[in-house]
Amino acid sequence: MITVLEPGMLTTLQDGGRTGFAHLGVPHAGAADLLSLRHANRLVGNVDDRTAALEFTLCGPTLRFDVASVLALTGGTLDARLDGQPVTMYQSVPVKAGQVLVCGKLSSGVRAYLAVSGGIPGTPVLGSVATDTLSGLGAPVLRMHDVLSIETTEMRVGFYLRIAPRFSDDITLRILAGPHRECFAEEALRDLHERCFTVNQSSDRTGVRLNEALSLPKAPGELPSQGMTTGAIQVPGDGCPVILLPNHGTTGGYPVIATVISADHWQLGQLAAGTRVHFVQVDRTQALTALREQEQALQEDILDADGPLLAARALLLLARSNPELSELRMKQGTHQVRLRR
Amino acid sequence: MNIRLLGDSALLVELPDFKVAQALRHEICASAWQGILELVPGYNSLLIETDPLKLDVERLATRIQKFATGSLFLPVPNEHEFAVRYDGPDLQAVAEVTGLTIAEVIGRHSASTYTVAFLGFAPGFPYLVGLDPALQVARLKTPRTRVPAGAVAIADQFAGIYPQATPGGWRLLGSTAAKLFDASRDTPALLAPGDRVRFRAMP
Repeated sequence: MITVLEPGMLTTLQDGGRTGFAHLGVPHAGAADLLSLRHANRLVGNVDDRTAALEFTLCGPTLRFDVASVLALTGGTLDARLDGQPVTMYQSVPVKAGQVLVCGKLSSGVRAYLAVSGGIPGTPVLGSVATDTLSGLGAPVLRMHDVLSIETTEMRVGFYLRIAPRFSDDITLRILAGPHRECFAEEALRDLHERCFTVNQSSDRTGVRLNEALSLPKAPGELPSQGMTTGAIQVPGDGCPVILLPNHGTTGGYPVIATVISADHWQLGQLAAGTRVHFVQVDRTQALTALREQEQALQEDILDADGPLLAARALLLLARSNPELSELRMKQGTHQVRLRR
Repeated sequence: MNIRLLGDSALLVELPDFKVAQALRHEICASAWQGILELVPGYNSLLIETDPLKLDVERLATRIQKFATGSLFLPVPNEHEFAVRYDGPDLQAVAEVTGLTIAEVIGRHSASTYTVAFLGFAPGFPYLVGLDPALQVARLKTPRTRVPAGAVAIADQFAGIYPQATPGGWRLLGSTAAKLFDASRDTPALLAPGDRVRFRAMP
């Protein structure tokens, strides 16, 4: 059992989200930064890396573990403490019954994830326990005195990985053109590629709103409602782009000027208010290569490897698909490998 | 049919109307291709979302192009009738804007047979086409912060029913007790794209 002593600002249960119900108007939901949720699950040995975990927003909860467990914290940077002792992120951490985890405020990024070995149980709604902050489906937002009935687990000592991620306040997102480029004049496209945008504080799990307007000499207007996807960059009448996150509404009528590639979706969930955002156009081959490399790095890091060579190989793969990371460290038994930029 | 690529993992297929979109959706469902995650009909489009590591969207586009949209099969639609209490807060305003009496607004709204063009906005929310052109009014300039569940509403060329309490900008004509969405049902959404809908005024 976990008892919630302080719920944090907006703490929800998230997994891989709901798939196959968008035609009924059901949003996908699920982790805003799915990559960090998957890392967290892998670190605690959950075979399905989309197992439910807690998603914190800006300020994390205070939790009492009433049973022994193993936890991992990933995502935006926290100064978390377990009974007063600092907890290293991106590492599996054994917890004794009765210990209190204070997550505190994030110092970078927007969301952090807490996975526990065996997962955090919830009642699936349409195949997912994810809190849907738009339509209210799934687990309710965490409140004080809530109890999460996790199982006692033994420490799994396996191959584990430690990353020191740096959620920069100046990031570049890779985009693919379209699908509605013809709705926009050359000026708007030039703005998108050349200007620096900043993240508006009204951004939430449905989308990241940007403060700066694209030049719209001709109003792009609205299109008949059509299905929308995460990563789509919509442009409403005021010209300020909105990038859709996993809890976006299933349909929309604003034209889409470009789409953020799948390999960069996790970063969208970490764009804090004021972050500077640049867009760079890539081609489809680059987009798919980036996604494959990211997926491969994720697979490699749970290899039950024995020895520094395999650890080093996994580390290099991870480094290649995470150019924003300043330092990577990996530990396997007595071996430790470290990469610094 | 015009196929647009939406990022690295989705296709937006533009079609003549929502009926063809629904027919194409059924055709693709029946094909049972691996790697398709969502098939979302819009007003005149079908969004196809894939797992890009399993299914290449450009190859999928080539396959879709081969469907002759004229010969697609559309299943027999379900029919629904909703008993409506016409006591909505916008009845008077709609009557004023359209130059009709309240009784005429109610009469025209309940005389049409509607078709579910697509679902969106909220789980189970139907965009119904078939609204009497005399009832086409713009949505509210400032949306309400809360529209109750079951509200029967109109906006532009659409009629709709709010499945749950949400903010909303449509004009509210009345309410129904029907439960449009219940995630615990085998069929969570009462209405599916293509279904026929009628409204009956409760005395």
